[in-house]
Amino acid sequence: MGSNMAEAHPVGFQWVIEAKARGARVIHIDPRFTRTSALADTYVPLRAGSDIAFLGGVINHVLSNDLDFREYVAAFTNASFLVREGFEDTEDLDGLFGGYDAETGTYERDCWQYEGADQEREEPEGASPDSPSGDDDSEMDKERTSPMGSGAAGAPLHGATNVATDPTLQHPRCVFQILKRHFARYTPEMVERICGTPREKFQAVCEAWASNSNRERTSALVYSVGWTQHSVGAQYIRAGAIVQLLLGNIGRPGGGVFALRGHASIQGSTDVPTLFNLLPGYLPMPTAGSHETLTDYLDDLRSPTQKGYWTGADAYLVSLLKEYFGDNATAENDYGYAWLPKIDGDHGTYRTVMDMVDGGKVFGYFLLGQNPAVGSAHGRLQRLGMANLDWVVVRDLAMIESATFWKDSPEIETGEISPQTCRTEVFFFPAASHVEKEGTFTQTQRMLQWREKAVEPTGDQRSELWFFYHLGRKLRERLAGSTDPRDEPVQKLDWSYRVDGSGEWPEPSAEDVLRRINGYRTRTGEPVDSYLELEADGSTACGCWIYSGVYADGVNQAARRKPHDAQGPYDRQWGWTWPANRRVLYNRCSADLDGKPWSERKKLVWWDADEGRWTGDDVPDFPATTPPRYEPPPDAVGPEALRGDDAFIMQADGKAWLFAPHGLLDGPMPTHYEPHESPVSNALYGQQGNPTRKVYGRTDNPSNPAPPELHREVFPFVLTAARLTEHHTAGGMSRQLPYLAELQPELTVEVSPELARIRGLTHLGTAHVVTSRAAVQARVMVTDRMSPLWIDGQVVHQIWMPYHWGGTGLVSGDVVNDLLGVVADSNVFIQESKVATCDVRPGPRPRGAALTAMLAQTRARAGVTVETGTRIATADDVPHVTHTEDDTAGGTDDGSTDDGSTGNSAGEQS
Amino acid sequence: MYRQLTGPDPLGRGAAAESPRYAALRPRTESADRVADSVCPYCAVGCGQRVFVRDEKVVQIEGDPDSPISRGRLCPKGSASLQLVTGPQRQEKVRYRAPYATEWTDLDLETAMDMVVDRVLDARERGWQERDEQGNRLRRTMGLASLGGATLDNEENFLIKKLFTALGAIQIENQARI
Repeated sequence: MGSNMAEAHPVGFQWVIEAKARGARVIHIDPRFTRTSALADTYVPLRAGSDIAFLGGVINHVLSNDLDFREYVAAFTNASFLVREGFEDTEDLDGLFGGYDAETGTYERDCWQYEGADQEREEPEGASPDSPSGDDDSEMDKERTSPMGSGAAGAPLHGATNVATDPTLQHPRCVFQILKRHFARYTPEMVERICGTPREKFQAVCEAWASNSNRERTSALVYSVGWTQHSVGAQYIRAGAIVQLLLGNIGRPGGGVFALRGHASIQGSTDVPTLFNLLPGYLPMPTAGSHETLTDYLDDLRSPTQKGYWTGADAYLVSLLKEYFGDNATAENDYGYAWLPKIDGDHGTYRTVMDMVDGGKVFGYFLLGQNPAVGSAHGRLQRLGMANLDWVVVRDLAMIESATFWKDSPEIETGEISPQTCRTEVFFFPAASHVEKEGTFTQTQRMLQWREKAVEPTGDQRSELWFFYHLGRKLRERLAGSTDPRDEPVQKLDWSYRVDGSGEWPEPSAEDVLRRINGYRTRTGEPVDSYLELEADGSTACGCWIYSGVYADGVNQAARRKPHDAQGPYDRQWGWTWPANRRVLYNRCSADLDGKPWSERKKLVWWDADEGRWTGDDVPDFPATTPPRYEPPPDAVGPEALRGDDAFIMQADGKAWLFAPHGLLDGPMPTHYEPHESPVSNALYGQQGNPTRKVYGRTDNPSNPAPPELHREVFPFVLTAARLTEHHTAGGMSRQLPYLAELQPELTVEVSPELARIRGLTHLGTAHVVTSRAAVQARVMVTDRMSPLWIDGQVVHQIWMPYHWGGTGLVSGDVVNDLLGVVADSNVFIQESKVATCDVRPGPRPRGAALTAMLAQTRARAGVTVETGTRIATADDVPHVTHTEDDTAGGTDDGSTDDGSTGNSAGEQS
Repeated sequence: MYRQLTGPDPLGRGAAAESPRYAALRPRTESADRVADSVCPYCAVGCGQRVFVRDEKVVQIEGDPDSPISRGRLCPKGSASLQLVTGPQRQEKVRYRAPYATEWTDLDLETAMDMVVDRVLDARERGWQERDEQGNRLRRTMGLASLGGATLDNEENFLIKKLFTALGAIQIENQARI
């Protein structure tokens, strides 16, 4: 679901086909019949943006028919845990959970807590609605309560070793029963109404999934950005995980939830993050106010009374600071913790771009192998932002649209940008390619693979390692004599990386950086072998604790290349997989309560009673010598507090969460909400969309109307977009290559024969797709692959477009991402780009001033104002408040259809 | 036909149909000076690549049959990566566009680095925030932003985050947010 694996990950898809050849059944659930559908046993259509309703239906099917893998669920999940009295479900509140604050669009999450868990210190200081910041600035308050401040640990769970349970799963407040009630109305009939999936096809999926999940058999679930790029994206993944947990498919061979990622090291750039809210290894960036000192930070990250390995966070963070600041990080100065900058809200890329458009906040911008002028949602906003900066540094292999926006962007034609008036200084640095430098990529299953350097780069081409090493060196030289305390962290950095070569500008050694990412003993320099060896006393340094072991024994483990046919089925000597070279996470679940494999056919790791330790085909994901029936003493904490069946060793309570008492902003359980832009009303609740989504209500970020708003007939169709095999993301690495340009030369829009008739479109003719943001021209492909769906008594047409085109390259075309506005999931600030509404019209789009006029007229016809789409609460009994920004983009706002109201974040109510 | 009738290839599918030119052709991989183990730079499957080098130039990129991930296969993009690496679209020189200029100009790499250093310090200074309205320490700059990292190496991402964090720059993002 949410993945066209055959198209976007074709070489990985060979394993699906291999499984099919060995008897596996492949089911593809997608709005469009794709290359993946063509190779699947079964194709099941659904409407884009309705996956939680579908998965909720599967959960309901499993629970209503007692088809869950009960021994597994009772042992390894929190199904038996009791939730505090007073918890109110979406069934009680018309689609909202209890604790919703309409003014801020946030939840107070106390009432989602377990019974027995300590209530103190759950929220960081400043997050309470009673705090001054809550009264003054609701947006800030909304962001301060974000789990962004907690990294991957979620918030700490105090007293997690002492939660009330009902092992029979019968108590009305136990998670199992709450889940059952929550999804009880997600019936096959409801799934058909919401998703448009014929109920017999839906039933067939339920039956196949459940019957293939037991002691002898497992089912795997694959998703990609078709799930993540939604205003309720994090809950899509939660819904998939709940199904897999109920059916016992996590931590077992052939099971799992596979996130297929789209860039060579996008997993790596999340683990070793270039992300605003994270430090390496999913440690959070410190938050202003609540993380003033090292102790505050650590106390907020893990509780002394919780279980599992996050209690080692002090060792992970102190070791990181030792890598960052070397000998300058001491016990006396809290290892330089105070030198870290603090975050206090949404500093995500879309917020930053809007700040660029507004001017006076952001002055310089580095683009490192990313092309936001084409690849980010709302391309026009991206380009206008860059055109309003002092300077941009672009580092790429070839000239991309984000480097040339000042002379050839679409805004040149509309007169919004011209070279003579664009003040942005642009530096283009040619980058070294993947064969001209050495280093590691982390692929989608967490495996690090080392690349050798084949040749030297040419001319001015350099690696990012070279660029940032020397930028840092130069900055340190410049600031060496400064007495300004703000320059201390730069002065105190440990920048002593080994270099290969001599002179002023040698190439730094990637292997030395990897060694320091792995970690070492500060006294001897000897590499550590695993994160279990890290200490919080400054005796170890480690750049990324989860990568600890990649340089074990002083050997670059990521460079190992033992051929596939020369080792066992888990290929443990090819590359290195974090953590601990473990291939299957949570693999303790592959054994039963006694530590024996659930079946001979599905064995992976097991308890060896003679040796007194876990063993098997993979590295066991459990304390090596903790027996399967172990009961820890009542006062134990951390890894020692893990029971023999606490298979989820990073969780504060050792269990997989069917119900999430912490960590999510928009609810402890997934709930079907309509996309931000939808042609239909939510059939389940009065609450239409995610009540916590970030809407960025600005005149330059208009939304198409959605129920209960009027005039949605102006944008009657559902738009979704995705990749082609022959191109890559924003096209910078593919539209320039002759083979690939020839294979996919032109932007297309896929429509059904029915829609083609309605709109007068002809196959291979020209059409343009229109939203309140933009119009995009494409060649028409009339195809049965996009079939109309019958949704709750009306026909809904969907259209599909690939998004790889832009203005430069051997083949060019309009930017599909220009069609999208910016609205984001509140948990992770990822934009909803997999579903929007649109119109499609025959013929080429207007150009220049005529385009601007047509868009203005279309918005006027739809009644679009800055408030459209910003009343995020629509349930009964709560105020329907608009959420708009005070200062909208004056200079760059086209403004022609807005009523002049800029609203207020806690403004008018309806 | 003569060769088919008289030689070892009566069906004309081998030696009998071979021209002298074809017979003289050799695969580029055969004459390579060396082969580097690499990984495909496109999606996140992580297919193994073998990079063939002759006279310090990349002459061919093929799938690595030893890889347990890809078993030697590459998709159309991975198969085209020789063009990605050696094609004429590759820029070799630093390019500079001054404010209000209508064209690119050349710039020396070291000069460009120095200019970026100046600008980083200036933007950092102008966007500096020491404390928030409640007096909480921020110690950061909002004047600088960076985007990108998912196409880069772990080691590179590590240095990028480390340097920007020390500078107080927090708006550091990449494709994972998308």
